[in-house]
Amino acid sequence: MAEPSLEATGLTKSYGTFTAVSNLNLKIEGRKCVGFLGPNGAGKTTTMKMFTGLISPTQGRALVNGVDVRADKKKALASCATLIETPEIYPALTPRSALMMLSELRGVPKEERMKRIDEALGKVKMQEWEDKKVGSFSKGMKQRVNVASTLLSDPAVIILDEPSTGLDPRGMSEVRDIVKSLGNRLVFMSSHLLGEVTDVCEEVAMIDHGKLLVYDSIDNVTAKFAGDGGAAEIGFSRDADDSVVARVSKLDGLEKAVRTDPRHVTVRFKGGLPTQERLFSQLAGMNVGVVSFRETSTGLEDAYLKLIKETL
Amino acid sequence: MSSIAADGLDVRVSTFSQVQTVAKYSFQNYFRARRFYAMLVIVALIGGLLTFAFAYFRPAGIVQGPALGFYGAGWGSFVTLIAILSAALFGGDAISSEFQNRTGYFLVPNPVRRSAIYVGKWIAALAASVIILVLYAGIVLLNGLYYFPGNVPVQFGESIVFAFVFIVAALAFMFAFSALFKSAAISIMMGVILLLIVFNVIDTVATVLAKIEPWYSITYADGIIANVLMNPFPAHFTPASGKFGIPTYVATIPEGLTIMAVYFVVTAIVGLWLFEKKEFTS
Repeated sequence: MAEPSLEATGLTKSYGTFTAVSNLNLKIEGRKCVGFLGPNGAGKTTTMKMFTGLISPTQGRALVNGVDVRADKKKALASCATLIETPEIYPALTPRSALMMLSELRGVPKEERMKRIDEALGKVKMQEWEDKKVGSFSKGMKQRVNVASTLLSDPAVIILDEPSTGLDPRGMSEVRDIVKSLGNRLVFMSSHLLGEVTDVCEEVAMIDHGKLLVYDSIDNVTAKFAGDGGAAEIGFSRDADDSVVARVSKLDGLEKAVRTDPRHVTVRFKGGLPTQERLFSQLAGMNVGVVSFRETSTGLEDAYLKLIKETL
Repeated sequence: MSSIAADGLDVRVSTFSQVQTVAKYSFQNYFRARRFYAMLVIVALIGGLLTFAFAYFRPAGIVQGPALGFYGAGWGSFVTLIAILSAALFGGDAISSEFQNRTGYFLVPNPVRRSAIYVGKWIAALAASVIILVLYAGIVLLNGLYYFPGNVPVQFGESIVFAFVFIVAALAFMFAFSALFKSAAISIMMGVILLLIVFNVIDTVATVLAKIEPWYSITYADGIIANVLMNPFPAHFTPASGKFGIPTYVATIPEGLTIMAVYFVVTAIVGLWLFEKKEFTS
């Protein structure tokens, strides 16, 4: 059986003189999660819309499982579930009836529909609301139903455009867990949350100004572009006065130490993990009331900032 | 078919069955929505007022005259208005709302052709409109049977069929407008204004000033719904009489049906084409 795939060949989308996506060439194949990163207006959603038939390319092709979406959307999306932006559901329908509609459209066998809907609603914790009209739901509740809709037909490919948009922290965490549990299929997920991408994806594609900057594993992208810098927030059990900040700022490898509030100091350092390990040890030995040490920048974040900055 | 179909998924689901699915759930959405009940209230109000007026004033020319006159007054006078309001409420934003309300983002990125969504929604709107028409026909019929027991003119049945043909064409027309605009309010307003006002003004101007038959107008064609309830059926052309008289054209039944059929075909094709081309860009 062929591996699930997404492929953009010369994919371009222009609106008059503005080019949202420019000659994008990208081939993703296999059962894995690929994060799709880029700043606002970079062309992430436009690309995903071309993969799902919401808009048509000006040039080039978007292929899902080897089938051109523009030429035959029905065939291309036969085993592909999508969540683009924050869709609205017909307000007079209930989550159960809305999901039943999609189950029927997607050809889920009749005898399995109820079971799959129950499972999907269970995963997004919406069973309690399954027979209430969607029109009365909050944005987060609707998004949970939207996430459930991607789980119905057991698709080989799932395209998610910022799936945790509109969700509260618990909802975001639950969506992350759901995406993590979607093993054995290809998940292509855009997000502004680099931590989320690091947490759930193995590979990352970065786009800016409609152009693909890099597509590789997160480890490779981090190793290649992140450098050895880092940042962390140190928490104290009591107020950190000037003398404490001064002592911290003199630690070996530290570039900068700034008190962000009476009990927190943010530090920037160079030297990667060895420096981070040494700093942690020294801080513990200073006996100044350090109770936490939280890394605030990840390698992916550094790589992202470096790549995006370089394109400006 | 794709070789990547997941286990247990019937990827051969036909477009016909998808049309049925869209129609079923769109109809459910109509049936549970306020606008459907608003339309029921409008019909109940018109029907109730007519019933009251006939019973209270007992106009001799209507409740004592030939049954055909009664049905002309009760059904012919209001059915076009009800049909236009139904087409506007159920069809006016059927497609534009997919863009404005973002429901299209839920439905369109699925393995379903846009044409299946369009046709399914049109069928749902037709079903909702037919329920409204049948309800009104029922109110008129009950009144008719009260005043003229056992006497239901065959022309009433013909008029109901013509009203059905009109609602088919009017919905196709409304859907085309709905596919043209992204704003639901604008598409509804434009459709209603055109069908209730603009076409009638153009018909009159064409007849009075240009002295040409408004054969291009759906509101000219819908005249057959009421005219079939007149005995005899009005003459196709009546020349102007006197200094200030104006000529009048009346669509014949074949002509009216042909115009409505052409409206249906042309606006259905245009609307489908617009929906196929339109992009979800917001």
